[in-house]
Amino acid sequence: MSERRPYRTCVSYIDRSREYYAAHGYTQPYTWAHHKSVPFSLLKKPLSACRIGLITTASDVDVGPGIEGLLKKRDVYAWPSNPVPARLFTSHLFWDKDATHTDDLESFLPLARLSEFAAAGRIGSVSQRFYGVPTEYSQGRTRLKDAPKILELILEDSVDAVILTAL
Amino acid sequence: MGSARDIVEECGVARFLFTDFPLGNPCGKPWDAQMQRSIIDMALDLIERAWAPRTTVQTPFQWSDEDWRKNFMRVDESNREALAHAGEERRRLQAQKTERDKE
Repeated sequence: MSERRPYRTCVSYIDRSREYYAAHGYTQPYTWAHHKSVPFSLLKKPLSACRIGLITTASDVDVGPGIEGLLKKRDVYAWPSNPVPARLFTSHLFWDKDATHTDDLESFLPLARLSEFAAAGRIGSVSQRFYGVPTEYSQGRTRLKDAPKILELILEDSVDAVILTAL
Repeated sequence: MGSARDIVEECGVARFLFTDFPLGNPCGKPWDAQMQRSIIDMALDLIERAWAPRTTVQTPFQWSDEDWRKNFMRVDESNREALAHAGEERRRLQAQKTERDKE
């Protein structure tokens, strides 16, 4: 069905969060990452021969809900992809807790779904580990500390491509 | 894979599979294995077929209602005072953490 709208449908989280934190009394809006150039590479072999990994922003430890949890020290981690973990922790992150939930791990970290594609031969294999990266206020920490650590882990596991499934 | 289109595109990534859902389920609705499978399938297609950076593909799925769009991080007269109070509390916690980090 077609319709016409006088506004864009997608929520602008940049606009929305700026107004939201202004209402909290913050005078300096958060400045989001903006890169003029973006790296890119083509797959170097067929997908059916590739080892694929997943990166999540969910936490391996329960740091507690809300901002208190977000302020606790969290580090990059790597856990076995199989068996799929019973649960990961998401309550410290900003997702829409009124509209949905994260009780089904596959809705934000689809390890079981991805392994089905490996079994069917669509991909070569699932990386033996998945990777966790903390959501940080500091972009410098993400770029200079966490990202190189993730790269080190995926090279150890001989991963060909990774998918970041951000909450 | 994600649902915050403006943030990801502003940052710039090699490939982006966008699902227009409330934040929290970028890989499909909870317990809907078929939808999750379709979304992963599209992500794998994107890995394979994209030929340039900043390639965004949107999945065809829609949330069951649209109320979440206006409710998330809503600011209006009904909650303005509560938000201001929450901000004060947050700054107090941040100050405590800064003190702890100095020790």
